[in-house]
Amino acid sequence: MNITEKILARASEKSSVSPDDVIFAKVDKVMVHDVSGPGVLKVFDKLQKQGIDTSKLHDPTKVWIAEDHFVPTAEKISAENIVKLSNFSKKHDIKKHFKYGMGQYGICHTLSHEEALVNPGEVYVGGDSHTNTTGALGAFACGLGHTDVAYVLLNGEIWFKVPETYYFKLNGKLPPHVMAKDFILKIIGDIGTDGGAYNTMQFGGTGVDEMSVESRLTLTNMTTEAGAKNGIIESDEKTVNYLNERGATNATILHGDENAEYSKIFEYEASELEPTVAKPFSPENTTVARELSSTELDKSYIGSCTGAKFEDLLAAAKIMKGKTVKIRTEVLPASISIYKKAVKQGLIEIFLDAGATVGPPTCGACCGAHMGVLGKDEICVSTTNRNFPGRMGHVESQTYLASPQVAAASAVTGKLTDPRDLN
Amino acid sequence: MKPFSKINSIITPLDKANVDTDQIIPKQFLKLITKSGFGKFLFYDWRFNHDGQEKDDFILNDSHYKTSQILVTNENFGCGSSREHAVWALKDFGFDVIISPSFADIFYSNCFKNGVLPIILDIENIKKLLQFKDEIELDLESQTIIFGDESINFKIDSHRKTRLLEGLDDIDLTLKEDTKIENFEKNSSRISIFE
Repeated sequence: MNITEKILARASEKSSVSPDDVIFAKVDKVMVHDVSGPGVLKVFDKLQKQGIDTSKLHDPTKVWIAEDHFVPTAEKISAENIVKLSNFSKKHDIKKHFKYGMGQYGICHTLSHEEALVNPGEVYVGGDSHTNTTGALGAFACGLGHTDVAYVLLNGEIWFKVPETYYFKLNGKLPPHVMAKDFILKIIGDIGTDGGAYNTMQFGGTGVDEMSVESRLTLTNMTTEAGAKNGIIESDEKTVNYLNERGATNATILHGDENAEYSKIFEYEASELEPTVAKPFSPENTTVARELSSTELDKSYIGSCTGAKFEDLLAAAKIMKGKTVKIRTEVLPASISIYKKAVKQGLIEIFLDAGATVGPPTCGACCGAHMGVLGKDEICVSTTNRNFPGRMGHVESQTYLASPQVAAASAVTGKLTDPRDLN
Repeated sequence: MKPFSKINSIITPLDKANVDTDQIIPKQFLKLITKSGFGKFLFYDWRFNHDGQEKDDFILNDSHYKTSQILVTNENFGCGSSREHAVWALKDFGFDVIISPSFADIFYSNCFKNGVLPIILDIENIKKLLQFKDEIELDLESQTIIFGDESINFKIDSHRKTRLLEGLDDIDLTLKEDTKIENFEKNSSRISIFE
């Protein structure tokens, strides 16, 4: 069995599972945020009216809550949703509720690794499609709709059809200025936005072994853009150290069996990868950054679960150091812990000196919520994950998805820029 | 939820691939606290101008299709965000059936939770349906679609079919026969949302 199959076998108390088996898996962790939480509560209301008791959760210790999409509260409706979430966690005594303005908080998919909320080998579901992100820690992580999350909250289990696994093997180390984001954009360009539909996308090979945990998280994060059920990377010593540094006690090294089967294997040579950009209006609409060097921009956005982890900020700061931005540039660290680290290491000062605005952790403009949404005809380079029409604001705005290095290089030139071409 | 019965309806053809949930229900409507009424925001940016006036050239604004219960579309429908609001909006607008060559996984699953039948057909049949102007007959029980002189069968998971036919919207009669589930239901110390 490969790692996904091993995890699902354990969770369903079976000796083995194969693709297409329907299994009932015990869920180790479940997450809701300020959009899916209120959505789940609507489902609870409906169930309550049908006479189903929703007064007790299966296990509140397995539940955690993030405030991320519309915080700091964008207007009164989002404020009411935050109140609802607070009442919910109080009622069910949910200890892990990361509230903005009360210490650590941030984007749900960032907290899952920053707070070591999920361990290798666990089954983790969340009310958000990018829950796939956390699979980089060696967990089975996937997003669910509100009704399914409601079900998990009440019963602690959910059924899955065991997915087939596509294995993406990266040979060799990524060249300078090429980041994990470039690799995953390249893959999505190759296989399309439904290229991984209901499959597992697993990453491995020497290039992935070489990568930091944070880089790996960028890969699994955007498996969602290829329609994958989950993204996963076998845990190793790096994973365990990363989680232990953040307070984990159960992190283990976990691999698939030697004879693990994959329905398809895709091989990439790291040395052939280049800074890559997804043009409007689809993540699969990719090309190399150099081809777009005449594209004039209005904005650079460095944020989100995809592109505002500490290493993303570090990569951007190295490029922006001593330079001045030519277009509006926003930097939004993905969590308070990352923000603090960025302050301590001088990154925030670099961004501010360059003229960028630094905002609080939030999904913000990535999902077009607030904190820098785009106006009509505005063109933005962004470290985020989606560039559908209107995703980041006005339906006639345009977003180019890129790595933090490309976003930073573009910020200081005002045009889409390959960081290798920056003087 | 109403049991799913035979549907006689014209088709609303939406010949687009990769329709994402941001288009189906844009972000500004996600925070609404009301439980229903998402239909008026369905495909908001496609249906309305910036001043809130309906766009004449968008099919959902054509009065001819106002009573249509069937949306026929192209590959990878419902991709992107997992927002269940997308299905709520389609259902509330009046669509009970969505026919496509393929669906995004979470969206597909969300449909069954809300009494919407997603049907996967091969691209040739999709092309024919996109062109078909008259009423079609769709029968979930026999898994057939009759249009003009043609009749095609579609596949659906039997558990999900049962749930729709019986009008049960709560997960998860899907595995109704599974003894584990039955024990689960009998075990009154556990909370269950099975019916």
